[in-house]
Amino acid sequence: MNNNLKVLINGIIKENPTFVLLLGMCPTLATTSSAINGMSMGLATMFVLICSNMVISMLKNVIPDMVRIPAYIVVIATFVTIIEMVMNAYVPALADSLGIFIPLIVVNCIVLGRAEAFASKNGVFASIFDGAGMGLGFTLSLTVLGAVRELMGTGKIFSTNIYPERYGSLLFVLAPGAFIVLGYLIAIFNKLQHK
Amino acid sequence: MTMELIGIIIVAIFVNNVVFSQFLGICPFLGVSKKVDTAIGMGLAVTFVLTIATLVTFLLQKGVLEPYGLEYLQTITFILVIAALVQMVEIVLKKISPALYQALGVFLPLITTNCVILGVAILVIQKDYNLLESVIYAIATALGYAMALIIFSSIREQMALTKIPKVMEGIPIALITAGIIAMAFMGFSGIDQVFK
Repeated sequence: MNNNLKVLINGIIKENPTFVLLLGMCPTLATTSSAINGMSMGLATMFVLICSNMVISMLKNVIPDMVRIPAYIVVIATFVTIIEMVMNAYVPALADSLGIFIPLIVVNCIVLGRAEAFASKNGVFASIFDGAGMGLGFTLSLTVLGAVRELMGTGKIFSTNIYPERYGSLLFVLAPGAFIVLGYLIAIFNKLQHK
Repeated sequence: MTMELIGIIIVAIFVNNVVFSQFLGICPFLGVSKKVDTAIGMGLAVTFVLTIATLVTFLLQKGVLEPYGLEYLQTITFILVIAALVQMVEIVLKKISPALYQALGVFLPLITTNCVILGVAILVIQKDYNLLESVIYAIATALGYAMALIIFSSIREQMALTKIPKVMEGIPIALITAGIIAMAFMGFSGIDQVFK
């Protein structure tokens, strides 16, 4: 159990997919125009990560080594299709604002990376915890990035007013803000880690 | 008709640039943009694969998935087709044109997980383009990507020579630079109104 907890924490801090491993940059930049969007993208990715990690670690002795990558892709794409259909059915507005980045979870390097680096070598429970840890790390960093952009752009966090909107700079909600805020957040994370 | 096509090209290259406004293909954008030469190679490889991939996935969508009501299999089919296609391009290129393979070879395996390819394949279906428009859009998007890579890598080559704070080295400063270029690209917004 202790070991599983270590795997979980590892994904959130030491191997944080966004700030340390720098994986999955496209959804990170594109879907964080507000905290809620960032969080939903993170949760959708977490769902896919946990499920695909679980199934792949169950099948690791069945899948022949030669065709493992296509096999992993099929497993991942299946769960992505599931989450895409569920989101379209129950939260259409959210699915609309995340748009093309939901099907693009398939090519998110975090998911395939964890399947190859962890789930194909470890047991089912450890893989689920690894997926959860990585997913949580991803969700947390996307939420933080979204919150910072939303706050600087519109003066709100999770649509709650912090300061009047007219003092916000719309730039942070638009494309350039994504790059600049992420750049500074990674620099801050580096600074904190190397202290 | 021609005006519309020109509109698609201008919008895809400048107004909705893949990297600076649609955020597709950021990982290779940050990864292979340290030198201008590699940026050009990657740009060419993307152009090549993106054009073929869009053509194939478009035909597959209209010819197989839609007539049989299988649209929900889009994501799975497209990614598998793209993965297989990249492998095939690699094999064919090795056989037919070893020189081109030498130039593009190292970039090809990276392209399967480049979200530009799958992204554009899905986008042209969503935008309801016809075959000609889809291919034009794919080529223009790829040119926009190549242009972004070349601009960015030339700036990074210069930046490697300057002294910057330790924590900002590498990715942080690269992202901030990309942000400033994106700001410049925002100046193009509105041009698309001319073509409507």
